[in-house]
Order: sequence, then C-alpha cells, then structure tokens
Amino acid sequence: MKMKKIEAIIRKSKFSEVKEELHNVGINFFSYWDVTALGNEKVGKVYRGVSFSTADIQRRYLSIIVNDDFEEIAIAAILKSGATGEVGDGKIFVYEVKETYRIRTGEIGSETLR
Amino acid sequence: MDTSAIMGALWIIISGILVFFMQAGFTLVEVGFTRSKNAGNIIMKNLMDLIVGSIGFWAIGYTVMYGDSIGGFIGTPSLFYNEGADMFNLFFQTVFAATAATIVSGAVAGRTKFTTYIIFSFIVTVVIYPIAGHWQWQGDGWLTKMGFIDFAGSAIVHSVGGWAALIGAMMVGPRIGKYKDGVSQAIPGHNIVYGALGVMILWLGWFGFNGGSQLAFGSEEDVIAVGNILINTNLAAACGAAAALFYTWLRYGQPDISMTLNGALAGLVTITAGCANVSAGSAAIMGLIGGVLVVIAITFIDEKLKIDDPVGAVSVHGVCGTLGTILVGVFSPDGDFVVQLIGALAYAVWALATATIVFFILKKTIGLRVSEKEEIEGLDKAEHGIGVYNE
Amino acid sequence: MKKIEAIIRKSKFSEVKEALHEVGVNFFSYWDVTGLGNEKVGKVYRGVSFSTNDIQRRQLSIIVNDDFEKITIDTLLKTASTGEVGDGKVFVSDVTETYRIRTGEKGADTLK
Repeated sequence: MKMKKIEAIIRKSKFSEVKEELHNVGINFFSYWDVTALGNEKVGKVYRGVSFSTADIQRRYLSIIVNDDFEEIAIAAILKSGATGEVGDGKIFVYEVKETYRIRTGEIGSETLR
Repeated sequence: MDTSAIMGALWIIISGILVFFMQAGFTLVEVGFTRSKNAGNIIMKNLMDLIVGSIGFWAIGYTVMYGDSIGGFIGTPSLFYNEGADMFNLFFQTVFAATAATIVSGAVAGRTKFTTYIIFSFIVTVVIYPIAGHWQWQGDGWLTKMGFIDFAGSAIVHSVGGWAALIGAMMVGPRIGKYKDGVSQAIPGHNIVYGALGVMILWLGWFGFNGGSQLAFGSEEDVIAVGNILINTNLAAACGAAAALFYTWLRYGQPDISMTLNGALAGLVTITAGCANVSAGSAAIMGLIGGVLVVIAITFIDEKLKIDDPVGAVSVHGVCGTLGTILVGVFSPDGDFVVQLIGALAYAVWALATATIVFFILKKTIGLRVSEKEEIEGLDKAEHGIGVYNE
Repeated sequence: MKKIEAIIRKSKFSEVKEALHEVGVNFFSYWDVTGLGNEKVGKVYRGVSFSTNDIQRRQLSIIVNDDFEKITIDTLLKTASTGEVGDGKVFVSDVTETYRIRTGEKGADTLK
C-alpha cells in the first residue's frame, strides 16, 4: 500500500481538539512543533507605546504519516476539528511518501505504520 | 562607640546589604527587557559595574567623595582606603556607587562594546559619581551649604546615571532595525517575567537605599524617621505603578506590563530625594506624577527624539530623578524650590557634560559600537564565545 | 503545487522575508532548527575550546502553485546568499493536495 505525509498548520488553540479527533478516528502517531506562519490573518500588538501589526502568528505544525486507507479519514478529522470559520484557520498539505522505516527493527513499508 | 551609634552602624550595614541585592534586580530587568542573544553580555556589563565599583570606589572613589573638601567641589583623594573604624560606611557607599554606574548599561544594551563599557563604568565610579556625591553628602559641599535636599540620591545617583545614559544611548546610536524610515519599531524584551522579578527586587532593595540613608538608628526619632521613609518609599512605588498602569490602560486600551513595571521604578526614583522630608500623602502624589511622566517620557524619547533606550533608563532615572529633586521644593516645608531647581540642574549639567566628554573620547579611540555582523548575531557569541541559553 | 523548503541563516531572514513579499509570496511558515552542514563555529566554554557544526538556522516552508516556483527559488537564492560556506539549501517537493481548513476547499485556488 502507498503512504502519504499529511502536514497541517493549525491554530495552537485548536490543537487539543484536533489531537482528540485524530485519536477518535484511530490516528495516534504523529509529530508536532510550533512554527511562525505568515498568512492572511494579522494580529495587532502594542509594546511600550509602539503599535504594530504582524502577520507572523504562532501556529502548530503537525506531521502525520499514514497509509493510503487513512488519508481521507485524517484529512476529514482535521478539517472538522481545526476549523473555526475565521480567517487564519490554516492549511493541510499532502505529499507522497516514498518509503518508511521503523528504526528499532529496520523493517520497511506500510506495515510499520500499523 | 555608644549603643546608639552601634545600632546606627548595624542599620547602615543591613541597608547596604539590601542595596547590594539591587544589582540582581538591575540585571534581571535589563536581561528581561532585551533580546536573548545579548543576555550574557548584559550579565557581564552588570557584573563589571559591581567589580569596577567595588574595586574603584575602595581604591580612590570613596575619598574623592568624602575626603576633605577642596573648594566644596571635590574631596581630597587618597588611595586604598584603610580606616578600619569607617569601613562599614565604605561598604554602604560602595553599593550606592555601583547603583549609579549600572543605570547606564540598560540604555546602551545590545550594541555597545564591552571594553568601552568597562572604561565608562570605571570613570563613573571614581570621578563622575563621587564628585556629584561630594557636593551634597560630604558636609562641606557647595550644595549642602545652599540648603539643597537630596536625601538618598534622586539627583546624585539616579539623575546622574540617567542623564549619562541619555548621552550614551545618543552617541552609541539605536539598535539595528529599531527605526525604519524614521518610525520606531517594537523590539520586545525576551522575558518580561525576569523584568518583573527585577523590579520587585529593586523595590525591596530600595527600602535599604532610602531607609539606610537615615544613617542612624539609635533613638525614637530615628525609628519614626525610618518608618516614614519606608512608607513614603512604598507608597511612591505603588502609586507610580498604579499611575503607569491606568495611564497606559487609557492611552493604549490595555494596561501595559513593562510600562507598569517602569512606573513602580519611576515612583521609587521620584521619592528618593524627599523620602525623609514629605508626608505620606505627598509621597503618594509624587509617585503618581512620576508614574505618568515616565510613560510620557519613554514614548517621547523613543518616538519623537528617536533615541533607543531599551529599558527606559533615561526616563526612569534621568527624568524622574530630576523631577523628584525639584518636587522636594514643592511638597516639603524644608525644601526651597529655587535651591532644588539649581541642584537638579547642576547635576543634570554635570552628568551630561562629563558623559559627553568621556563617550566622545571613547568614540574617537576604541569606538563605542560592535560591528553590524556582531550585533545581528548577538553580543554573547561575538564578545563572550558562547550564548547563555544552552540546551 | 510545490513545496519549497529553505534552510537559511537566521541573520538573513528579514531580508528574505521582505524579498519574498516583494515578488508576491506572502504566505509561509518558519521555525528555528539546528542545521548540521559544512560550516563550523568555534566556541569556548569554561576554558574549553570546541567547534561545532550544529548551527542555528531558520527553516521556511513555502507552498506555491507551479507558476510561482521559479520566482520563489530565484528570490531565495538571491537574498539568502552571503557567499560564505553555510548559506543553506533549498529543497523542492511535489505536493499531492492542499486543503483550506476554514472552508474545506481543496486545490490550487486555495493558494491564491
């Protein structure tokens, strides 16, 4: 079976919902880290009297590798739980993964993602 | 030594220990209000103020300040102070000198050469500050003779440091990226929590700074006096913070954390000159004035004068130090407005002139600023070999 | 659609960001990474000198439609380069699909 990498850039505030929703549909393995994202949303700040607005906003980046049979489920879960309807909800990007290895054993292939 | 003198000495010693701890406060405020890539350099500059202050003031500064007066202007200097019975006074005065020196480091943070700063700090400790102190605290100084009041040093310590900081910040120039097309850019401090801890430590130390300046604790009068000093100090700090809090709330729509912190310090600096000579109610009002003025001054200096002062040192210490000195002439029955004005101006002029000379010479000889590459990479790597936030 | 990943010097970031903005590329994510490469940096800690090729870099992740691929890469190569070893790399991958989370839409239009 082929494998896909699903990258999602979401609001930090939505993370625990997204994580739970992914768990509910059987997706429990992924990495995440904080990034700064430039997009359509702008945020106004004031520091010591200087007002400025920035499109650099803190987001969370999820990297989920799944077998093809989980691709749509994962995307649907993220779209459902990650959206607020406001500008700045984020994006999902899908890529093909050429190969996957389990480091502990050296095994290859879609079985390592079960 | 009789019992009352012994108790006075004990009070001075304890107060000196509290004022020493203000160095930790200054370090935290400066580190917190500036960028993480320069944190190590800020630590080193603050350490140098302690090192240079401790050594320089003992070696010669103390006698420049307290030696026999030459014309009411300067004390007769002698080297390596060794009057055993007086060492506790040297201790107390040393930590004051270190406070004056460290005010400048925040204003020039993030782009000033380490060697340049050490030299400037040394000159503050052995020349600029001691001479300033001599005019008022030695007993035969020319301002003492005029009836000038600066109980714990709004003018002598804070305004001198603050106006020197102004010259430093002006001559060193703003940090790269601070002004784009003439518009001030925000460069947020990397850890305002440190800044808050620093302010609280300074507030604590100030009880020693102002309380200890009574220089006595042997009678009921002293107890009453110190009690009033401490309440005035605390009230001014609280009111300064409150004023800055509400003023920023009104002006920007939300109470600003770093400005509120500066407000507390502004109140403290403002009351330092008159803490022993005004009523509690006056102290509260003076604190309120300082708290509002500091916010106005910070934004004026940053946005209109386009002088980059990352921590607000010029506004907190220079502007409020001068303000507090003059206000003694308004709020205290012992104070003469004209005399206070003369003294405040004398100290401002002294600091501005001497700082200009020293920074000018340093600029022409070893230079004031690090290179652009060093500034962008961060002074920690450039000047000290490694950063301070390692995994 | 293409994913363009660039690993650049932190000191070059604001130039790169501005240059990308000027050619119409306004949306991307970035985060700090430690990059091991050809550049080595010398450090001293408590008297011990050591050199490391673990160096702080910034990673940019820019997703663009194919018509923006060349201009994005050209801009990156032009502004992120200093000529010294350690300038970084640019990686290009194919993107199979893109979704806008707010609306659920997919495809190249979500990148406009």
